Amino acid sequence: MTMLLTDDQKMLQETAATFLAEEGSIAKQLRHWRDTDCFDGFGHALWAQFGELGLNGIAIPESHGGLELGATEAALVLEEIGRNLTPSPFLTSAVVAARAIEGTAHGERWYPGILSGEAVLALAVDEGPRHAPEQTALAAKRQGNGFVLNGHKQFAVQAASADMIVTAARTGGAPGERDGITLFAVPKDAAAVENVHLADSSRAARLAFDNVELDADAVIGEVDGGWAPLSRALHAGQAGAAAELVGVAAGASAMTFDYLRTRQQFGKLIGEFQALQHRAAHLYGEIEIARAAALKAAILLDSGDERAELYVSVAKAKAAEVASLAVREGVQLHGGIGMTDEHDIGLYMKREAVLGELFGDLYYHRNRVAELSGY
Amino acid sequence: MTDIDSFRSDTRAWLEVNCPADMRTPMRSEADYCWGGRNWSFQSDAQKQWLEGMAERGWTVPDWPRDYGGGGLSADETRVLKEEMARIGARPPLISFGISMLGPALLKFGTEEQKKHYLTQIARGEIRWCQGYSEPGAGSDLAGLQTKAEDKGDHWLVNGQKVWTSYADKADWIFCLTRTSAESKQGGISFLLFDMETPGVSTKPILLISGNSPFCETFFDDVKVPREQVVGEVNKGWDVAKYLLGHEREMISGMGLGGGGSLGAAMKPADPLLRAEIAAFDVDAFAFAAMSERFIAMWKAGEAHPASPSMMKYAGTELNKRRNELVMAAGGSDALEWDSERSKHGKAPRDWLRSKGNSIEGGTSEVQLNIVAKHILRLPGA
Repeated sequence: MTMLLTDDQKMLQETAATFLAEEGSIAKQLRHWRDTDCFDGFGHALWAQFGELGLNGIAIPESHGGLELGATEAALVLEEIGRNLTPSPFLTSAVVAARAIEGTAHGERWYPGILSGEAVLALAVDEGPRHAPEQTALAAKRQGNGFVLNGHKQFAVQAASADMIVTAARTGGAPGERDGITLFAVPKDAAAVENVHLADSSRAARLAFDNVELDADAVIGEVDGGWAPLSRALHAGQAGAAAELVGVAAGASAMTFDYLRTRQQFGKLIGEFQALQHRAAHLYGEIEIARAAALKAAILLDSGDERAELYVSVAKAKAAEVASLAVREGVQLHGGIGMTDEHDIGLYMKREAVLGELFGDLYYHRNRVAELSGY
Repeated sequence: MTDIDSFRSDTRAWLEVNCPADMRTPMRSEADYCWGGRNWSFQSDAQKQWLEGMAERGWTVPDWPRDYGGGGLSADETRVLKEEMARIGARPPLISFGISMLGPALLKFGTEEQKKHYLTQIARGEIRWCQGYSEPGAGSDLAGLQTKAEDKGDHWLVNGQKVWTSYADKADWIFCLTRTSAESKQGGISFLLFDMETPGVSTKPILLISGNSPFCETFFDDVKVPREQVVGEVNKGWDVAKYLLGHEREMISGMGLGGGGSLGAAMKPADPLLRAEIAAFDVDAFAFAAMSERFIAMWKAGEAHPASPSMMKYAGTELNKRRNELVMAAGGSDALEWDSERSKHGKAPRDWLRSKGNSIEGGTSEVQLNIVAKHILRLPGA
């Protein structure tokens, strides 16, 4: 276990970097889908290209046609996604949902669609504005041979576009408890869906479950034992979001450093001012540190290390903190042009806000670090 | 069993027999360090036995070549040795500026004769070194140094003053930057080595805000240094100095790790706002630990930017200052006691005050940011 990338990993990184810079660019994807007011907020053709390149198989077993790689490889792809602000179902479908259904019949059912980029999957866990998975209250009561669900979900990324929504519900215990949570594979159109437009032009649904009836075979894993697959999926999502945030920070800062090298005021390049140089140099170091933390979390997840959960929270908190700094410095150092919709730097600020919130914000994860460290 | 596995089991067995029990306890303070040197008096027989045993195998400097007193270990073997030492909580047998700073510079720039002579003494802990870099008029602008070394044929005649010389009053020898030409600022500096007992050398300790005196002023009054005691070419000492500073920064950056564990776990802060601040610190400290691990791996593999030690030094020292601020906050009035037994003679406040120097010594934080802006970000006019 080393903190250096292998040659295979470097090749994957280069493949993803080239592909996303060319096909996943802000002009071709984010602005295009935003300005055409697309229902999904992402392009299906690009999602199929992800599939053709094999990227969608990173978290899928070889026995099912995947690459059976790990969080480290997913992180390399997600950093490039973040750098280009590429809207795609990669994180939620190919990383989070794929991990949730691992080793179950639902895996066999959905892996082929993920691999080809034809299927979109989502995860519905949050019920309030802040991430709190233990607080799951959506009621799933046994009825005949199946279950009937009542309650609601929110911030379910791309759920209105999804063919299946991995949904956390409560079959036992009380909100606040980890036992008694069950994961369900909720088919398209089973719940009432409101497709919500978020600040970064991505889509996340609010779902209303009003006596939604599901068969027993909709259960993913064990009844009352959903916490294990849910945490597996969330940890993969948190590590992945951390890597994507590092990409957002890197993309925003690269744009900002370029601006410092070219913008003139007072007859000088503004990058000549030491007040700005020091802010840029500080930001550079912070991004390097966040990248190392994200890599460490991914490596520990891949090796099944007991410190993985701690480092996942370290990575998500650090990456959110640093990406926030990068976009704030980005807009400020760009001056007036940074406030315009025409310039891309503001798009980074909006994406950072959404990714920072996803699967628990900075404060959630700092608190987890404290709890996991025993204070 | 692979070679590295058998190396591990042999190493474990050897350490089990040869590392004294007293050398397997955490060092409480700098007073427990083994610095070595001509005038060193060992704190205990265990400390002496541990240094001699390790030096015998070349394991005080495991990755240096055997010809120069090192262990000749590969990078993997060195890592395994460190892991096995950490496993039993073994103290470093020797802490010295010879190992961490001068040694790497001699390995790169020294003549064969210099390497054989000085490196073997460093490895065995026989000579304690100090660093003659800063001067009253040359701090952040180090290359502006004025201590003069005149060419007198068979020797250099050194006159001038250094400041912030760590442990100059306890050191046997000094590695010293001197001006041998006034024609070029950076291109007129030479890197000299000489004995602190040479006539004309004197030192005076500087009392710090921490109440301790780890640094000195060092004065040179017609000090005669044999001609051959220059490292690298005459007037090219700045290259040696910069290389050495890279190692010093790498070493200082390690301080941000503060032992590696969670600060909150050690402090158990009851106040919710303090708990939140400490949790934010712990996130940064754990992230920096990952960065250190990655930086060292990249540095050894030649994948790190040559200026990256500046980034590490900046981040690590700023983190260490923050750590000490939080220790003071969590300690409340207990942490203000200056010299009671209870407070381990004021460890908390003295460490806190001493830590303020971390972002000054070895190049200030502001100088490190200048270096990153210029050499890594390539910002204009930097």
